[in-house]
Amino acid sequence: MASVHDEVRQFVIDNFLFGQADGGFSDDISFIESGIIDSTGVLELIGFLEERYQFQLAPTELVPENLDSVNNLARLIARKRKASEQAQQKEEYGVCR
Amino acid sequence: MLGRMSEMLSHRGPDARGTFADDHAGLAHTRLSIIDLQGGGQPMGNEDGSLQIVFNGEIFNYLELREDLIKRGHHFATRSDTEVILHSFEEFGEDCVQRMNGQWAFAIWDRMKRSLFLSRDRMGVRPLFYAFAGRTFLFGSEIKALLVHPGVKRTLDLRALDEIFTFWHCLPPNTAFEGVRELPPGHSATLAKGRLTIRKYWELQFPESSEDGQGASEEERSAELLELLRDATRIRLRADVPVGAYLSGGLDSTVVTALARQFVPHRLRTFSIRFDDAEFDEGAYQQAAIRHLQTDHQEIYCDGATIGRVFPDVIWHAEKPILRTAPAPLFLLSKLVHESGFKVVLTGEGSDEVLGGYDIFKEYKIRHFWAAHQDSRLRPLLLRRLYPYLKNIGAQPEAYLNAFFHPDAAEQEDPFSSHQPRWRLTSGLKLFYSADVKAELNGRQPADDLGLRLPPAFLKWNGFHRAQYLEASYLLPGYILSSQGDRVAMAHAVEGRFPFLDCRVVEFAAALPPRLKMKVLQEKYLLKRCARGLVPDAVIRRHKQPYRAPDARSFFPGGRPLDYIDALLSADRIRQDGVFEPAAVQRLVEKARRGNLAGLRDNMAMVGIVSTQLLLHRFGRDFHVEEQHNGERS
Repeated sequence: MASVHDEVRQFVIDNFLFGQADGGFSDDISFIESGIIDSTGVLELIGFLEERYQFQLAPTELVPENLDSVNNLARLIARKRKASEQAQQKEEYGVCR
Repeated sequence: MLGRMSEMLSHRGPDARGTFADDHAGLAHTRLSIIDLQGGGQPMGNEDGSLQIVFNGEIFNYLELREDLIKRGHHFATRSDTEVILHSFEEFGEDCVQRMNGQWAFAIWDRMKRSLFLSRDRMGVRPLFYAFAGRTFLFGSEIKALLVHPGVKRTLDLRALDEIFTFWHCLPPNTAFEGVRELPPGHSATLAKGRLTIRKYWELQFPESSEDGQGASEEERSAELLELLRDATRIRLRADVPVGAYLSGGLDSTVVTALARQFVPHRLRTFSIRFDDAEFDEGAYQQAAIRHLQTDHQEIYCDGATIGRVFPDVIWHAEKPILRTAPAPLFLLSKLVHESGFKVVLTGEGSDEVLGGYDIFKEYKIRHFWAAHQDSRLRPLLLRRLYPYLKNIGAQPEAYLNAFFHPDAAEQEDPFSSHQPRWRLTSGLKLFYSADVKAELNGRQPADDLGLRLPPAFLKWNGFHRAQYLEASYLLPGYILSSQGDRVAMAHAVEGRFPFLDCRVVEFAAALPPRLKMKVLQEKYLLKRCARGLVPDAVIRRHKQPYRAPDARSFFPGGRPLDYIDALLSADRIRQDGVFEPAAVQRLVEKARRGNLAGLRDNMAMVGIVSTQLLLHRFGRDFHVEEQHNGERS
């Protein structure tokens, strides 16, 4: 099974580099500074995250610290998943009681 | 050969044809008769026939020049501006162009000296291309006329492609075809003894920054600009056929129409484009202008399907790859003008360049504000104000807009800082190049070549003026006046005339301090001031909307590619043609099929690849003289 890092990287390569990742790019390279994603491309990235990982992003979360590299995205996804699991557990606990 | 060459240009001049030939040279001309319909035939000779001229364009001050030449003893056989050029050349030699106010591409064959003099107008309104086929020198208004000669290769110039995929235009003298050159705007050339000597006779110049802010008052300058524009419009109405106007609903064309109306005794005929898609349509402003100016108006409706249908013909006329579909609606508009019996239209083109209307100038100012005020909370507000017409901009996270407008210290020092974001964005298209093309280009940086062409004073100019220079000297002739101007208008035998590009207006505007062109972020400030009372207030107050048209989705109606798109972008065809990487193009096609080409870069990539592929085929293996009869006009 592909890791989150691999999935995100593949999406960026397919969607923004059209498969042309000449020599690849490191997990911490800035998408914006390297020109991989332009300022409208980030909307596609958000759409991918919300559809693939089934979470919503608040406006305050739409910052480069969350979105501007493979590593940042992987951290964001992990954090959102954890938050989602915790919320689910709380809900289940509430139901039992 | 002359007959075949002129056949390729018959769309530009359907009214008459003429040729001249002696033992050393041949000239051919296809005429669009506008001034002196009976007497202005070409090629035209002087009294003893020692000089022969072919000329495309207009010398708008020809009446004043003619009067002066008569005083100097010259005798005229016709009322045409063509003959005025001949006598001016007799009187003043190659410097005659300095006295001309107009839009021209002409060649004068001196039979005694056996030399050919070629010249092109200051701003590059009229095109002029040339090539050597062995020892034979060929020239013409369009490249396709040269390509019928077997000695001229029909090979895509990869360096020119790379320039377009950076700047949107080639760097003159490069064209999209290897070995074919363009005479740059503001240049003349002399061919003698087999050698071509090119010289610059004019260049756009700005004052050095220290001179800014000096001189006449704002009010005086506003009055002077209005007077110049009025006269520029007046002399552009000189014609022996009716003159109409394009009326887009924007400030510039409305000002021109309003000024023209002052000199025309009848209701002016105006023409415009409407779009079905509200994102692009300017119908409400057009209606306001029509009501205010009481014009007889005609319009065409344009949608993506129509753009997709005519796009191959647009590329046949543009003769180069393009990155937006915006020329296509203008191609259709000139057809309407032609079918309405008009040959000449005034337009507002050039105003944004010379009087400071483009967003790229605002971006420059914002980026500099950004750099000086790193933590200002005004920054997001500025950006929203910059692009209210873009659907996606409101949805873009502020942090990302910040990143786009992030001038660092090095960029502040870059003489191209105004244009680097656009060039970076456009250069993203190069990832579609095939491995062979990448190897051939070998990491070449087109901006380095541009740097070598700049005037020495460029670095001394204010950054705003540097941005203006790049727009007016390169993008204007290389795209706006060519792909989106002359080529799509003359495709249907329509001549555009541009009061804002009158040399007096251009030089006056260049000398203005930037604050009078863009006050804070209010574009074309001085023009708006002098337009008060002349055009509807709503047109002055409106936010500027750049002319745009539906892009890549025009090729994929309902998510399905048009037949010719399917064929041109197939993996096999892309591989055979060798310019682009088949797998990357297939991914782009898949994205288009899903309706996901959202960003500027994706759209430019699709239009750029489609137009390059069209160019390769229409001018490559599918090239033949009869081709032009298959166009929209037939």
